[in-house]
Amino acid sequence: MSDTQLRKVALVGNPNAGKSALFNALTGARQKIANYPGVTVERKAGRMALPGGGAVELVDLPGSYSLDPSSPDEEVTRQVVQGEFPGEDAPDALVVVVDAANLEQHLVFAQELVALGRPTVVALNMIDLAERDGLMIDAGALSDALGVPVVPTVAVRRRGLDELTKAIEGAGSQDFGQRHAVAELTMTERRLAARNIAKGAIISESGEHRLHASLDKVLLHPWLGPVILFGLLFVVFQAVFAWADPFIGLIEGAIEGVSAGVEASLAEGFVREFLVQGVLAGVGSVVVFLPQIIILFAFILAMEQSGYMARAAFLMDRMMASVGLSGRSFIPLLSSFACAIPGIMATRSIADPKDRLTTILIAPLMTCSARLPVYAIIIAAFIPNTMVAPFVGLQGLVLFGLYVFGIIGAMIVALVLRRTVTKGAASGFIMELPRYQLPPIRDLLIGLWQRAWVFLRRAGTIIFAATIALWVLLSFPEAEPGESQLDASIAGQVADGMHVVLAPIGFNREISLAIIPAMAAREVAVSALATTYAVEAEDEEAEAEGLTERLQAGWSLPTALAFLAWFVFAPQCISTIAVARRETNGWKWPIVMVVYLFALAYVAAGATYWGATALGL
Amino acid sequence: MTLDMLEPLDRAEITSVNWDSLAPEEAKRLRALGIDEGARIAIAHRGVFIGKDPIALMVGRMNVAIRRVHARAMSVKLV
Repeated sequence: MSDTQLRKVALVGNPNAGKSALFNALTGARQKIANYPGVTVERKAGRMALPGGGAVELVDLPGSYSLDPSSPDEEVTRQVVQGEFPGEDAPDALVVVVDAANLEQHLVFAQELVALGRPTVVALNMIDLAERDGLMIDAGALSDALGVPVVPTVAVRRRGLDELTKAIEGAGSQDFGQRHAVAELTMTERRLAARNIAKGAIISESGEHRLHASLDKVLLHPWLGPVILFGLLFVVFQAVFAWADPFIGLIEGAIEGVSAGVEASLAEGFVREFLVQGVLAGVGSVVVFLPQIIILFAFILAMEQSGYMARAAFLMDRMMASVGLSGRSFIPLLSSFACAIPGIMATRSIADPKDRLTTILIAPLMTCSARLPVYAIIIAAFIPNTMVAPFVGLQGLVLFGLYVFGIIGAMIVALVLRRTVTKGAASGFIMELPRYQLPPIRDLLIGLWQRAWVFLRRAGTIIFAATIALWVLLSFPEAEPGESQLDASIAGQVADGMHVVLAPIGFNREISLAIIPAMAAREVAVSALATTYAVEAEDEEAEAEGLTERLQAGWSLPTALAFLAWFVFAPQCISTIAVARRETNGWKWPIVMVVYLFALAYVAAGATYWGATALGL
Repeated sequence: MTLDMLEPLDRAEITSVNWDSLAPEEAKRLRALGIDEGARIAIAHRGVFIGKDPIALMVGRMNVAIRRVHARAMSVKLV
């Protein structure tokens, strides 16, 4: 048979079978990532070259334990494998990935897949780790027992790939007549069969997974484990804020350079203003977060690929359980410290829908990096730079307090949500703890590139649209001579209206105005304040004064503190709202999110303002 | 005796499971992971805080984290 028969091959197997590494090894970086229509499950596909010279589309299906799904991911796998997914052709052949060191377990699903009677090849993956653990496996015996070709592979070292593609090419000529009977087996029977097949294929078995067990002894140690986890998190946050700085500077410089270039080459007017103030300033303000997001994701991917992330979830489960969540929510919430967008997207791994919804709703309360510029300028202007203890400055303490404020707020909100709108039986925590392995640098880089691209594309398009809308609001109608553009604009008039509502919590008109463009991205509040004060400045001298001095002169301390409290809670980010809409398939939950966050922000800012005023600050 | 009463590294076999006391989706997930009647298991680790929750279970060559609620639904005998 020739390879022209094969057009689409699906990669399928248990979670932690090394499927993604095999997919990366077979397709390289030429991957297409999209979403299956109607569900929030990622579809990864790429071109795989065959030894005969042809190429096929290889689709990486979500890891599953059986064709009886218990999560949206597994449902997609079932439908695609059985050719029932609307708009998706059934795969012409299956590559079933099993972990050689976990044969007994992975053969349960493998048998179910083989029984479908499709052309099938089994990749006996991570054979090197099995050998390290003292397992010798007879691939031939396994092949006889399953009735399909079995190829030993080590995806991360690119071993066995040629044999695998050759076997896939030959899969079209397989004869499938008599294997359908297996499909009728129950789970228990299939497990018994898996045990027998595994027993027959394992030549020798010595020792146990020693490395794995001794690492867990330390990393899951009742008190050492959490200490190591928090130590690691501390390093991650240090890295995110310290290492990203030079790169942020580079990106800012590049954007300024492009802006200057546009200003120099275009005549003053509508198009130039639009490009510089609208497009470059707006999109640029999001792109500057890329270095921080890449650094955070490098750590998160390394933690995931090494197998440590499951341990972190294990260690955090108890704490999360106390507010009605599970250890699985830890990963998305950790990502949200860089940006809520990838954090909300990472909730897809949470099987329980109510758990997932709660996690999405509280993700914006994790202090994302966009709040930092706002916090930084207010703290620098209003909090004295004194030491409250050796190595503990008051400014740093206030910043830390704002992070803690957000986390405590999130925990309380989760507790309330789980008893009201997302009420339901407390979700459980069932999670495989995969074996430890050194994260392969190649897979790490591919993962980073994909996340960076997804962030840029999604945030980019949403920000782009929002920026245009805001720029229009700020630029029209045009001001009469002698009148400020901000006062004349639609945004300025909206600010007047908003000020009526915001004045009771201590906000002045400038803040009311700054909050509108900050909907595009929180840190825009800083530049909006700068613009407002610059426009208001009566002479050149006043204009030269820095924003810090202007804030000190114009704001009272209670107002400044209220502004900080507002930003801990306020949903000042259209992109986050848009992603929440996508991930919950509708407007209902994003609206709930926006309403409760604005309500909390208003109450928190008001309480801060009046509390501080009462204390005579 | 139920699974949550085992000491770390005791080897045991699950003799019966009260599936009705568990959410159907979770029961399905546990079974898919091979945590079912007849499975040979051992407790590898216990969680940090009081309550010693969750539990890391050794099933064959695999480690699986489960909650104590799940463990309490499973009767075991030492082997």
